[in-house]
Amino acid sequence: MASSSHPSAPCAACKFLRRKCIQGCVFSPYFPPEDPTKFTNVHKIFGASNVSKLLNEIAPHQREDAVNSLAYEAEARLKDPVYGCVGAISVLQRQVLRLQKELDATNADLIRFSSNQNILRPPQVSGSSIQNPHVLPTSDYYGIYSPWNYNP
Amino acid sequence: MASSSNSPCAACKFLRRKCQPECVFAPYFPPDQPQKFANVHKVFGASNVTKLLNELHPHQREDAVNSLAYEADMRLRDPVYGCVGVISLLQHQLRQLQMDLTYAKTELSKYQNHNLSGATTAQGLIAAAAAAASANHHQTLGNNLISCCGGGVNRDHLYHHNPPFFNARDQQTSVLRGFDVNNNYDTSAGVLAMNISANGIGQHSQFQQPRAAGTDDRSTTIDPS
Repeated sequence: MASSSHPSAPCAACKFLRRKCIQGCVFSPYFPPEDPTKFTNVHKIFGASNVSKLLNEIAPHQREDAVNSLAYEAEARLKDPVYGCVGAISVLQRQVLRLQKELDATNADLIRFSSNQNILRPPQVSGSSIQNPHVLPTSDYYGIYSPWNYNP
Repeated sequence: MASSSNSPCAACKFLRRKCQPECVFAPYFPPDQPQKFANVHKVFGASNVTKLLNELHPHQREDAVNSLAYEADMRLRDPVYGCVGVISLLQHQLRQLQMDLTYAKTELSKYQNHNLSGATTAQGLIAAAAAAASANHHQTLGNNLISCCGGGVNRDHLYHHNPPFFNARDQQTSVLRGFDVNNNYDTSAGVLAMNISANGIGQHSQFQQPRAAGTDDRSTTIDPS
């Protein structure tokens, strides 16, 4: 958490807004004067008063993360005024779906191979049912490889 | 999309002003979706949205409004992380899937090698190497995707607090730098074709409700099931 190194140096927000940076300034811990762009971006997209209201509604220990995520979104929106960071979400989601399909296909191949091995392998002498040491039961198989069913 | 000629759009209704024929908000904030504008106004402010829309071509404005509405909705559901929490979640899913896929392919290669039981040792090694190379390629691809979408991740922030990723309230997302969107995705499907399943990933409260702050139905389907 950066703060002004000199007691009287205004934070980037107060510098931008051309106002006195008072002792309890809500912006100063998160908008150090040496990074003026951060506040400029956030102010341009969200506005200082909206950010101030948002920070006041958040617990102090969460404000740094909140400011950083706002700064990220603001920067993303300035680079891509149409989609902002939602564009990244869309791209990531497509990749997740693609990998999921690929994983499903690989799992299907594994099941097919393991089934073939079961057919080719001579039955075990013991009285227990045939066990394939390499493949877990199907109902659990997807649970191992697919994160969609994973329960921590 | 456009409001009727007599009733004010949701924005002008909210702002309690006369809705002019050339109102910039009217095409995108119909009066039957008051929450959409309320959210956008609360997070971004009407004047910021006006400036943003005025800088865009008219054909881009609908997508822009819908993405703003989505961002605003996410920010109101998760005031600390907003959309960045979603990005972090998706990156985690991607990494997990990549690991699972690599492992599955490795297992598959063992079966394939076993089926080549008449093959020489050298051929078996070549097959294993090919499978491994394929797995490595995907691993690299996954890493490239992650770096593309969040590259230059500040690892210190990511693991500043232990990554209890499965609880949205406690998750400490990374500060993502090096943002670089691949803009080649299909805009006709809408940027908000969300289908995030939080089923196995934990209790992300923001995904427990169907998507509000209406965007186009054609483009937004968040499925939290």
